[in-house]
Amino acid sequence: MDIVEKVGNGDVRAVARLIRSVEDRIPQAREAMKELYPLTGNAFIIGLTGAPGSGKSTLTDSLIAAFRKQGKGVGVLAVDPTSPFSGGAILGDRVRMQRHAEDPGVYIRSLATRGALGGLCAAVDDAVHILDAMGKEVIIVETVGTGQSEVDIMNNAHSVALVLTPGMGDEVQTMKAGIMEIADLFVINKSDLPGGQKLYQELLRVLQMTENYQSGWQPPVLMVQNIADPRAFAEKVEGLRDAFWEHRAILISKDLLKEREKRKLSVQFHNSLKETLLDPIIEDLTRSGRLDASLERMLAKEADPYTLAEELAGEYLRK
Amino acid sequence: MSKRPIRILVAKPGLDGHDRGARILARCFRDAGHEVVYTGCHQTPEQIAAAALQEDVDCVGLSCLSGAHKHLFPKVVQLLREQDAGDIVVIGGGIIPKQDFPVLYDAGIKEIFTPGTPLPEIVDWINEHVVPGREL
Repeated sequence: MDIVEKVGNGDVRAVARLIRSVEDRIPQAREAMKELYPLTGNAFIIGLTGAPGSGKSTLTDSLIAAFRKQGKGVGVLAVDPTSPFSGGAILGDRVRMQRHAEDPGVYIRSLATRGALGGLCAAVDDAVHILDAMGKEVIIVETVGTGQSEVDIMNNAHSVALVLTPGMGDEVQTMKAGIMEIADLFVINKSDLPGGQKLYQELLRVLQMTENYQSGWQPPVLMVQNIADPRAFAEKVEGLRDAFWEHRAILISKDLLKEREKRKLSVQFHNSLKETLLDPIIEDLTRSGRLDASLERMLAKEADPYTLAEELAGEYLRK
Repeated sequence: MSKRPIRILVAKPGLDGHDRGARILARCFRDAGHEVVYTGCHQTPEQIAAAALQEDVDCVGLSCLSGAHKHLFPKVVQLLREQDAGDIVVIGGGIIPKQDFPVLYDAGIKEIFTPGTPLPEIVDWINEHVVPGREL
């Protein structure tokens, strides 16, 4: 049986191996992805983003339980940062989710950013496709701990929740462009900490200023905390799960899901085109020594990077 | 294509909450350029084997200071073999008496590192014995 067939049958080993091969950019993986593409398009893809330590993994763990309660198969992709020095990584999101390790209805995979700066990693779109093809009905993509502008998740998920915690600044922070704009749902975690109520009020005020002409969707704000009463936390996360489903229903009824899918595809196709066109050129330039020679010329001010790029692009495109 | 990173699962099986050693090793593997999946304490062998499969790791590092290594370590190897993943290299560490080494080697534990082992020695062993990634 070939790898794509195994993935379609939900074979965990095959799924894990294909994701790894995509991450490591093994040429056969690209062939497998071509074959696998028609099997995709059925899953509901959820994004969870927020600052480091805000509680994304704990929320993911509880969301898994909430979706499992509805009998849904759940796939999780959890991203953690790669060291810019060694290339290594500590992938520690799983610590919070290990109670689901043996549930055959749950597949969890940790991914390292490997240099990507948008909160995800280059292989994430393919990994989502693979979990989709293996038959997971809900896929949760957890980003690295994000700041203000790591917004790649908006192009990789249908519905995005932003996890906030008290104590991260005043109301002006909630007005800023970037990550605050891409959330369809807001979760205030550790809401029992000082400033929780204030953050809630500020967020509501800011959201009232936002008109959602197209969808009519008003992003809900959920207050949760896990320390004092884990059972209440689990119940609130079931509310979050229901809010995700409501958001999906609105996206479908207003024909916006298709729009988001298209946006997602456009980014993926863009990257794929760039990779297909640019990678062989860089490789050729490096191998022939022309890259280094060009750099030397630019250093000596004999050539400028603009003209050189135009010349080289023209030359390779004619080929 | 640049070198494929080695993926290692670091886990503590059983009733043992002393994870300082496991964390130091996880950091050390990170600095050696490996991707380390850290699952923390109180793991059952079943959870560890399932995580190893889902994460497609090349190596599983088990740490045990409770004295239950003779039961827990071989169980992880057995579960991996049962699931067609006997190729994953399993190593162990912790408070392990010398006289237990043969039993563990026989059960398929590839190497055992006890307290006092210099970290570079462990990193070198892994770089020498663990191959990153398998054929698709």
